[in-house]
Amino acid sequence: MKKPHHLLELFWVFFKIGAMTFGGGLAMMPIMRREVVETKGWVNDDDILKILVISESTPGVFAVNAATFIGYKIQGFMGALVSTLGVIIPSLITISIISFFILQFKSLILVQYAFYGIQAAVALLIFKAALKLSKKIHFDAFAWIVLLSSILFATFTQINVLWLLLVGALLGIIYGMIEQIKGAKS
Amino acid sequence: MILELLNLAWIFFKIGLFTFGGGYAMIPLMESELVGRGLIDVNMLYDFIGIAESTPGPIAINMATFIGNEAMVQYGFLARILGSIVMTTAVALPSFIIILLIASLGSQFLESRLVKEAFKGLKPTVIGLILSVSIGLMIRLIFPMISFKELVFDWSVFQFHNLVIFLILVLLSIRIKKISPIKMILIGAVLGMIIYSTF
Repeated sequence: MKKPHHLLELFWVFFKIGAMTFGGGLAMMPIMRREVVETKGWVNDDDILKILVISESTPGVFAVNAATFIGYKIQGFMGALVSTLGVIIPSLITISIISFFILQFKSLILVQYAFYGIQAAVALLIFKAALKLSKKIHFDAFAWIVLLSSILFATFTQINVLWLLLVGALLGIIYGMIEQIKGAKS
Repeated sequence: MILELLNLAWIFFKIGLFTFGGGYAMIPLMESELVGRGLIDVNMLYDFIGIAESTPGPIAINMATFIGNEAMVQYGFLARILGSIVMTTAVALPSFIIILLIASLGSQFLESRLVKEAFKGLKPTVIGLILSVSIGLMIRLIFPMISFKELVFDWSVFQFHNLVIFLILVLLSIRIKKISPIKMILIGAVLGMIIYSTF
């Protein structure tokens, strides 16, 4: 496998990936693959697949996960650091610029109207994201119960979301233990 | 100022650490940690999400940059830049550390039964949280005076415009299956301008 000539080259490739991806996350994967596998030949498709699988079972920001992992494969710790910075910095620059103008911009009445519509679109996008995620799990009785309780507790109580996540994880572990005991008996 | 910065950085670190399932899974956490603690207004959060969705870059990073900037607004230009950098670093740090450990030590730990079982419970929880947030937002757009959490049920204020915009968007996304998020947001913005200025 090839190596980049310089850390700056690695930075620049991830900078481009960060600057070209809208929506982040998985949308970034085809662009990242094209750059680091096809164009540069720094890693192979196995590594791409591996980070996808790892991201399924680790928390965090997907783009950072992918940049850190691939950067590490290419050039160790410095590679991971440089790639992660590369993927983050375009956002930091673009959003900082927008942040400084947003208030003036939002004082225009037409822009306020636009934001009503934008919020409606955001609501729908979040809803669709939940549906898309639900396609990835197998719905047995346990999953349904956890899902419905999660909706109820999140909608009608003020319990911190972090607690709900911890309880969800614990329930999964307890359910696994029960299944195992049942399996041992039969 | 430093205390405020560290406090907010800790919240973003937690958000980065507890986000399972991509950028959208972060929204329930942001609503409870940022809006719930009174750090930002709920409308501002969703306006930001709309912008974060339609600008390049990962949503999580965009949001951290935004809120870091906004939180330091009374301290001037440099503090706002610093706020963005600190929050972005805080939200990215958990991912960076965890993946670095996995990349150098291997991912055997992830194949353990315990992790798999925990995820069996975590996944439906996360989906439930995201659904709850989106339903909450839809209801708030149409009936702004309703709050399930505070048990306020004032149905008298009814935003007809928002309902119309929402229904058009729903119809569009049913007719056109592969509509990209950025297009959806642009269409939403145009609909908002047209419907609010004509009626």
